[in-house]
Amino acid sequence: MQSEEDKYPQAQQVDGKPLALDIQHLTQVFHIGKTWLNEGKPLRAVDDVSLQVRNGEVLAIVGESGCGKTTLSRLMLGLQKPESGAIYVNGQALVDVDRKAFARRVQPVFQDPYSSLNPRRTIGEIIMDPLLIHDIGTLEEQRQRVEETMAKVGLPHRMINSYPSQMSGGQRQRVAIARALVMKPEVLICDEPTSALDVSVQAQILNLLQELRNELNLTYIFISHDLSVVEYMADYVAVMYLGRFVEVGPARDVLERPKHPYTQALLGSVLTPDPELGLPDIDLGRGFPDPLNPPPGCRFHPRCPKAMAVCSQKEPEKLTVDGTEVECHLYAKEDADIPV
Amino acid sequence: MSGAHHYNPDDPPVLEVEDLSVDIKVPAGTLHAVNKVSFSVRPGETLSLVGESGCGKSITSLAIMRLLPKAARLSASKIIFDGQDLAALSEKQMARLRGNRIGMIFQDPMTSLNPVYRIGDQLEEIYLRHKGGGRREARERAEYLLEKIGIINPTQRLTQFPHQLSGGLRQRMMIAMMLMCDPKLIIADEPTTALDVTVQVQILQLLRSLQEEFRMALILITHNLGVVARMADHVAVMYAGQVVEKGSSADVFRHPTHPYTRGLLECIPHPGQSATRNKLGSIPGIVPSLVGRIDGCTFRNRCNYAFGDCATAQVGLRDVEDGHSYRCLLPPETFAAGKLEKA
Repeated sequence: MQSEEDKYPQAQQVDGKPLALDIQHLTQVFHIGKTWLNEGKPLRAVDDVSLQVRNGEVLAIVGESGCGKTTLSRLMLGLQKPESGAIYVNGQALVDVDRKAFARRVQPVFQDPYSSLNPRRTIGEIIMDPLLIHDIGTLEEQRQRVEETMAKVGLPHRMINSYPSQMSGGQRQRVAIARALVMKPEVLICDEPTSALDVSVQAQILNLLQELRNELNLTYIFISHDLSVVEYMADYVAVMYLGRFVEVGPARDVLERPKHPYTQALLGSVLTPDPELGLPDIDLGRGFPDPLNPPPGCRFHPRCPKAMAVCSQKEPEKLTVDGTEVECHLYAKEDADIPV
Repeated sequence: MSGAHHYNPDDPPVLEVEDLSVDIKVPAGTLHAVNKVSFSVRPGETLSLVGESGCGKSITSLAIMRLLPKAARLSASKIIFDGQDLAALSEKQMARLRGNRIGMIFQDPMTSLNPVYRIGDQLEEIYLRHKGGGRREARERAEYLLEKIGIINPTQRLTQFPHQLSGGLRQRMMIAMMLMCDPKLIIADEPTTALDVTVQVQILQLLRSLQEEFRMALILITHNLGVVARMADHVAVMYAGQVVEKGSSADVFRHPTHPYTRGLLECIPHPGQSATRNKLGSIPGIVPSLVGRIDGCTFRNRCNYAFGDCATAQVGLRDVEDGHSYRCLLPPETFAAGKLEKA
């Protein structure tokens, strides 16, 4: 249906400047059970996802486990080649640059600082590694840059020769952030950066990420399932369900006036520490559908409390409602009239 | 549906714990993991032990079940479960209680289910062991329970292996397993931490309804203050092996008094709070080492209100009001001025 040109359109520009991260029609399909004579079953982990993030902005991606958040982050990090679609970082397409050059510009911070740091290397070595791999500067310059970065993330200089096992969870996550920052990246992809940490430490790390963003004009892709953290950090929110973005918009709009029934259910499940409220009464049916056999029509309809006849027949189109992009039949006037 | 009063305050407690301490021998000396913790739960009541990693909440639950590692030493002036002194029971008698009259649910349902046995076999095993009876009886009970907790197609589910189930389903299986016998007390250690938010709500709703129906007492151990506020009747906030504040859920969340409780609550972003406008509160520093002698207040090195006496004085629990107490030298009025401020 699409011509080659449509498939790889040019990077968009805003106010004459390219976007920090521009993702267009990204699709990743895994073939489950594939053998040399069997095609396997297609699993559309990321299905026609587009997103635009400006410099210095924070985009949060939320969704349940298995919705494709992590696959999307791997694509954005260039760790996997997408089946189709394009990723641009500051106007430059990922396909045009090699893996190493790309890694200089987009860096990850992972969930679990206990498994993402090599236990047999010192903090100094861990943070210096990217500089060695990319062969940046002389040894003296590298040392200096490691020290600067450590100071930036609030790690005392004396820890440079410590091992990860000598540090607390919060300090380890600071090391992981320092390792990402030492490359002076443009985009930081944070995959559940605080979910392995205690609440008091989570607050310290969130405050640090916020300070670094203001200081270095960093762009964050913030992947999280904790909506109170998302609300605190994000400028824009994308809600993902079975590989698709079902709602994308400014954080304020999405979190205060959620349009998609799935977003509404997610927000309804947030437990604020208010003893008077008791447990929310949400009914989403039982569990996540099998991504190998996604339901026809709208993928959310088997769990949706507001499902109509049309929802099981036709895939909803992307609509813009009050500045938020929503994929839901509720907001398409003509769809609601289709008889059963 | 509000958190409070699914129990009768005049009922005798199912479990009464007084001055429970756990010391663990480590190469550097003795680690005081739990230090004189006291609480009680009544039938149908939910008590929550809340705190961050290392505060001793899990060790407390293991101590009640007498499942502590060999290097640990348990002491208590009272651990009475349903009229029996748990500390005085033999290992054999204790084994008869575990899984039978006291049920446990752990955080990660994947590691607490055996991957090489079918779900059905694992559920039946408990029944056969504690209740005797035949396999058919056990299978019928398992099917009945799965249906009861809302599992579609229970007969087929029982023939599946744990890896074939989603996280939420596995946790439901753990709950069914715990119900195979009829426990009077459930100890749930972070039962929903590994689950998605929507599934978390469903599991909590299930626990709540089962608890009401069977009048079970629930000890809910978690670090998630939202879960505590919505589920618990009573709360004990733990820090460094001690209970630093306890009371009814309404009192503790509406009038948090101990600086640690107040700090914890300020660490969670509220609805409407955003990083660009107001910074999150955070508690500086880290939890102190619990090895060796502990003098004074354990929170003093992270506390904005700390003064000279905090390092030396015996800090006991004192009342804010009836049934709501906290462990601090300063009177509650000190903290009344809204936000936690640098002293």
